[in-house]
Amino acid sequence: MNGPLTLFDRLWSAHEILRRDDGASLLWVDRHYVHEGSHHAFARLAARGMALAHPALTVGVADHYVPTRGREAADADIARMIRTLEDNATARGFRLFGQHDPRQGIVHVVGPEQGLTLPGMLVVCGDSHTATHGALGAYAFGIGATEVAHVLATQTIWQRKPRRMGLSVEGRTGPAGGANDIPLNSIARLGADGGRGHAIEYAGAAVRALSVEGRLTLCNLSIEGGARSGLIAPDETLLNWLRGRPFAPDGAAWDRAAAEWLTLASDRDAAFDREEGLDAAESAPGVTWGTSPEDALPITGTLPDPERAATASDAARIRAALDYMGLRAGQRLEDVAVDQIFIGSCTNARIEDLRSAAAVLSGRRARVPGLVSPGSALVKAQAEQEGLDRIFVAAGLEWAGSGCSMCVGMNGDIVPPGNRCASTTNRNFRGRQGPGSRTHLMSPAMAAAAAVTGRLADVRPLLSGRDV
Amino acid sequence: MPGWTRHEGRALPLPLENVDTDQLIPARFMSAPRSAGYGGFLLHDLRYDSEGALRPDFPLNRPEAAGASVLIARRNFGGGSSREAAVYALVDAGFRAVIAPSFGDIFSSNAVNNGLLPARLPAEAVEALLEAAPLELAVDLDAGTITGEGQAHRFELDPVWRLKLVNGWDDIDLTAAHDEAISAFATRRRAARPWLWLATP
Ligand code: SF4
Repeated sequence: MNGPLTLFDRLWSAHEILRRDDGASLLWVDRHYVHEGSHHAFARLAARGMALAHPALTVGVADHYVPTRGREAADADIARMIRTLEDNATARGFRLFGQHDPRQGIVHVVGPEQGLTLPGMLVVCGDSHTATHGALGAYAFGIGATEVAHVLATQTIWQRKPRRMGLSVEGRTGPAGGANDIPLNSIARLGADGGRGHAIEYAGAAVRALSVEGRLTLCNLSIEGGARSGLIAPDETLLNWLRGRPFAPDGAAWDRAAAEWLTLASDRDAAFDREEGLDAAESAPGVTWGTSPEDALPITGTLPDPERAATASDAARIRAALDYMGLRAGQRLEDVAVDQIFIGSCTNARIEDLRSAAAVLSGRRARVPGLVSPGSALVKAQAEQEGLDRIFVAAGLEWAGSGCSMCVGMNGDIVPPGNRCASTTNRNFRGRQGPGSRTHLMSPAMAAAAAVTGRLADVRPLLSGRDV
Repeated sequence: MPGWTRHEGRALPLPLENVDTDQLIPARFMSAPRSAGYGGFLLHDLRYDSEGALRPDFPLNRPEAAGASVLIARRNFGGGSSREAAVYALVDAGFRAVIAPSFGDIFSSNAVNNGLLPARLPAEAVEALLEAAPLELAVDLDAGTITGEGQAHRFELDPVWRLKLVNGWDDIDLTAAHDEAISAFATRRRAARPWLWLATP
């Protein structure tokens, strides 16, 4: 390719094995993560009598179904899902971070944490939040079960090149909302399908200033805006974070790799198919009120009125969302009482997330019950070393094991019907956290504020005078 | 999945936006093996109330829904998770096509891998169909048309997607021809960047 390139162009061409006449490309996959939910793909492979093309490039992680409260799975079906993954790992010869591995956790937390995901890679997983790994300068996207079977069998995937979107975030994020508020803000503006067909490269001063953990949160939420992948160019911040991770290269290999990774960037005059800008200062702590991530507002806002919607279908959608959520048009968000909180998920359960929630909760009592599930067993150990678990427990919250937990409720951790949950997860879809559950998405600090006040609350006053 | 070129069947209206994959199939049903049949899980929590009783008003529960095979919905259909089970639920319930102004990207490719057409039409065309539904429609993959009862709309279809739908292929069938190119690429990549390979466990 000639002319100025974007980071995405570079990653794409480095993985393109061939391009068909019709424009679809066959891409090489460097890292393929599987989890319990990949059982359909393994069954397909077995039905075709095929083996794994490259077991050394496949990594399994038990997360979606693992119990987080006690060691026993909630029922026989759930136990069978975990065991099936273990059996597949043994039979097919790939590495597994299973239920009892001290490094177990949510796949999108474990991969980066272990240095299994590295800059310049193409990463796929049968899970839409694979976009998370793009924070490490990798091209990472979620795929379906048929595609998982294809990757297992061939280590490749067919893709049509997505359009490239540059999303530049200038200004500074506040200490309270951090990385979670940038995407909530941009999704509210561009829509839950605004990024459809695009690979988003995040850039700008506010993104550069984010820690790697913040960048993981930002890229994680790309999919909620409809984009299959989000990415950020590697820099020194990233290299410092990656160096010494268990599966990252070391010695001379590190030097060579690191030099190459720093060349992974968009040329200054590279053109994107679409460019969007955002001011981080707009990112007042955000919460969602409805049943799509695009239903986000600053916490200081009031609920929309269907009577004032631009179109009849907007009005119908707003009315249905308010109805499902048990809310009234024009109500102030800060007047909405919550029944429980959840801090966890691949969006917001890394150590910095737990620290920011603990900073709010320290010395305070929660008025509503809540569950805190660290993103990995290593995050859990680190949090315990720092005494964060004691802060959560003293506040009256439950300190659980790591896994997807209440983000998706597959392991039995669910929000009861009609209950309203302040949640640091990524999807506020109807029934996502359990049948009839009502979810408000927000940052960990905001979820902590909801715990302390028993309602949706602006965390900023709760932080004044505190060291965050 | 057997291929198809032309499909005629009853089209049902589902006049909702953002019908995400969590709606299409709630997570708790996804541990079932495919052989169990996923049709009964489709839109489960919209079809049934919290007591487990059918909601008679819901489009899929009305008498005219029996035997329907085309679904018409509003924008961002199938957004959200990568769960292919959302497609299994539609296919097992007898659907061959979904018509909407926009689809989740992962949902679309999952659909095509299972013989289900995600047909993208302009929002005005979708509104016209919703207005007329339920109705009998003919969907033609070669012509790229949706016609019937005075309606006539054209949709664009990626040529590879057409190929896969018409032949009932998934990608593994298409990739076998490229074995040599793949292994040559793998050898080069491993030599240049050995750190990408893990030791086998
Ligand atoms: S934590 Fe939630 S979003 Fe993340 S991988 Fe698990 S289920 Fe998916």
